[in-house]
Amino acid sequence: MKSICFYFQVHQPFRLRTYRFFDIGRNHFYYDDYFNRMIMRRIAEKCYLPMNEILMQQIKEFGSRFKVSFSISGLAIEQMELYSPEVLESFKKLVDTGNVEILAETYAHSLSSLKDAAEFERQVKAHSEKIEQVFGVRPVSFRNTELIYSDNIGAQVAEMGFKVMLTEGAKHVLGWKSPNYMYANAINPKLKVLLRNFRLSDDIAFRFSQQSWSEWPVTAEKFVGWLDKINPNEEVVNLFMDYETFGEHQWASSGIFNFMKALPAAILKHGKYSFSTPAILAEKLQPVSAIHVPYPISWADEERDVTAWLGNDMQDESFAKLYALSETIRNSKDIELMRDWNYLQSSDHFYYMCTKWFSDGDVHKYFNHYPSPYEAYINFMNVLSDFQNRVNKKYPDTSKMFQEVAEKSGQIVKQIGNQANEAIEDLTAKAKSRIKRGEESIKPVFDDIKSLSDARIKKLIKDIEAEDLVAALKDAEQELVNKVIPNMSKAARKKYDELEQNLKIKKSQVNQIRKTIEEKLRGLI
Amino acid sequence: MFGWEFPPHITGGLGTACFGLTKGLAKHGLEIIFVVPKAYGDESQEAVRLVNASEVTVDIDREDERSYWDRVQYMEVGSNIIPYVGPESFENLTEESKRATEKFQSRVFSQKFEFSGKYGSNLMEEVARYALIGSSIATKQDFDIIHAHDWLTYSAGVAAKETSGKPLVVHMHATEFDRSGENINTDVYAIERRGMEMADRVITVSNLTRRIVIDRYGIDPNKVFTVHNAVEPSDKPDLQGFEKAVDEKVVTFLGRITFQKGPEYFVEAAHKILKRDPNVRFVMAGTGDLLNKMVLRVAQLRMGDRFHFTGFLKGDDVDKMFAMSDVFVMPSISEPFGIVPLEAMRSNVPVVISKQSGVAEILKHAIKVDFWDIDAMADAIYGLCHYQALSNTFIRFGKDEVDSLKWEHASLEVKKVYESVL
Repeated sequence: MKSICFYFQVHQPFRLRTYRFFDIGRNHFYYDDYFNRMIMRRIAEKCYLPMNEILMQQIKEFGSRFKVSFSISGLAIEQMELYSPEVLESFKKLVDTGNVEILAETYAHSLSSLKDAAEFERQVKAHSEKIEQVFGVRPVSFRNTELIYSDNIGAQVAEMGFKVMLTEGAKHVLGWKSPNYMYANAINPKLKVLLRNFRLSDDIAFRFSQQSWSEWPVTAEKFVGWLDKINPNEEVVNLFMDYETFGEHQWASSGIFNFMKALPAAILKHGKYSFSTPAILAEKLQPVSAIHVPYPISWADEERDVTAWLGNDMQDESFAKLYALSETIRNSKDIELMRDWNYLQSSDHFYYMCTKWFSDGDVHKYFNHYPSPYEAYINFMNVLSDFQNRVNKKYPDTSKMFQEVAEKSGQIVKQIGNQANEAIEDLTAKAKSRIKRGEESIKPVFDDIKSLSDARIKKLIKDIEAEDLVAALKDAEQELVNKVIPNMSKAARKKYDELEQNLKIKKSQVNQIRKTIEEKLRGLI
Repeated sequence: MFGWEFPPHITGGLGTACFGLTKGLAKHGLEIIFVVPKAYGDESQEAVRLVNASEVTVDIDREDERSYWDRVQYMEVGSNIIPYVGPESFENLTEESKRATEKFQSRVFSQKFEFSGKYGSNLMEEVARYALIGSSIATKQDFDIIHAHDWLTYSAGVAAKETSGKPLVVHMHATEFDRSGENINTDVYAIERRGMEMADRVITVSNLTRRIVIDRYGIDPNKVFTVHNAVEPSDKPDLQGFEKAVDEKVVTFLGRITFQKGPEYFVEAAHKILKRDPNVRFVMAGTGDLLNKMVLRVAQLRMGDRFHFTGFLKGDDVDKMFAMSDVFVMPSISEPFGIVPLEAMRSNVPVVISKQSGVAEILKHAIKVDFWDIDAMADAIYGLCHYQALSNTFIRFGKDEVDSLKWEHASLEVKKVYESVL
């Protein structure tokens, strides 16, 4: 039996207010409360509430035979808490039926997976905690912002303990392969990968109300007919889309709600299909092969890559500058900064700066409240400048400080080293020249006596006449004299004291005597 | 006097200059009828409307105002002439505006220009219509001399002269060469040339412009006089509580972001400075056809967190901007006069101006560099940011210098020009 897996993305960013240069340093509130509230209320009324109601009816009717899955970003939950708590309540009721799976994602619906592994992990954890706190269940399946996926991102997600991840069944990745099987991550095969069937998904999400389309209008029976055409051996059809498809992108007048009311019954009618969620599929299905995605893919635009958010200079600069703050903020654990940090990271801000208007211009324009990408960039950079200032003031960049200190101390060490080197070189040069001057200079000299032990001095002067001693010590250093005198015998001392006062002796004689003593000294050493 | 804009609805320096000039002339005892084209909504059936003092909100103190409006008559003419827009972009604008009035977002024009569907979409036609109105005014009003400001009004001035036989003075605030470089619009050039040839006197705002008028339009030097613009003494001292909220030095560019103003040299100089010293913020205030290009270049140089764009500033915001600035830069490639540096100096901001601006002829206390010499420009900005003694000197003497440049003196010069033909 083929599985049908419905997954809906729910996300609302905190849109920025017009934040002018004059506000920098003066006003730290960045969001357009009124606008955000208005949009949340509008979508709640047009989409979330009526569609949740329909899903609830289906679950009541079909019980566990009908299943869907959601991912709701942390920012969307926060806005529901702020502006329309009844929406959150109705989601809770859906989850409580046990037929609705909530998936994990990044808290801020951010692009952190493309830039900053540590931040990615923090956000995934923060989101799981939020989900557990609100819905009482801990997510086990993962889907990244806008289904962004690559081998490396998948490997990191596996590392975090998730069993299955959702992504786009992008043509350039699949080639001839079908998206309707379970695949596995190329680096860590433990992570199963579900691929979106973009044709059938977009038949609902984009083409449903397109009257120029040859298949218009789409009915539940027609849609099941398309499902029937799929090779019976294929295991799963993944229908992933924005939840706002229902009532917001496709207006109620297009018949989308009636279509969704009729679809479950039509699908379940012949017993050929069953509804499933990613967690159940992960248990049930085995991967048919690994899927190789060396470069990140997403479900956005014709290109199915990340160029909707990154790639032009404005996007690249703002993205890099924002994530340069990442580590400081994470280490700070500062609640206020962390809040703005989350809000500023949401991928939408970069989406607004997109300049590729040609193939998907309409879609981009639809989601963009700025008159042009330039305005989006200017506004975001003004906000970011103020945010940078706050972060840097509160938490001066420690790594920079450390670097500075390291640089300075390095210089000092170098200086010391240089000085030491000079001194050593100086000393060696002196020693060398001394050695060069001949044997003589390393022979013991008279002055060396003072470095001898008392016993040796005693031995030395034992048989030197007191007169000679007096003569030798005349004009000698006081230190040397002090060393020698206590080592004299009493008799010699007496004689020395007598002679010392009135001994007249020539310099040459002194030298003569000193030399003999030096001779003796040599013998001694 | 034929103008094309008047405070508070101004997009550039011309409106301010006209206001200062009329004020000065009124002080010297002259009486003025001021005619301005203005775009109306559907309600405007009449071609000419006399505007009395109570309907115009102009910032001057009461007493001053009364004596001013005793002598100045202000007329608005139903026309959608747009200041600072050439014939090509005029057509684009009206076309675009027809297609999607709602999506028309450009800030410069949105407040000035509302297309009613009644006027011709061709600017040249509009100029001709304005000329017609000019001649009809000339028959109805009593006056001694005609004074026309810039090419859009020249035809009106010429028509008025032909109808009344009164002498015509045309005032050159900017030539077509200043606006478009070498790729001039020949129709505009022809109107300018004809206006100056028909005029009894031509007033240029600088010697730089006088040279262009003589060399490139072949006008008789004997009838071309330079009268430098002046600046109104600051009448808004109540911004003292407003201080900048960022620690970094703030360097400002303020003007239309167009080829003529040389914004790219400011961006490149900013890049040079930021490479050495990240503690400076640059602000580009204004809007124009090169804005997006500048934004992209700033992003490309990765300095978006140090280089800010404010869009078009009006009223108080300009004064706030000056109050926050440490250096003002005007890197114009070609600037007939350039009044903004004077406003900056009046607000105690030292200025760096390009040698290719008319204002450089009269200012002593400003650093003058060639617009293309971004190294010198970077040097000057860096110096003014970091050497307190230098900037203090410029602030002190600059303020004195600007305060001595009064419209009263400039309009006396204009009066002398009038007298020479009466």
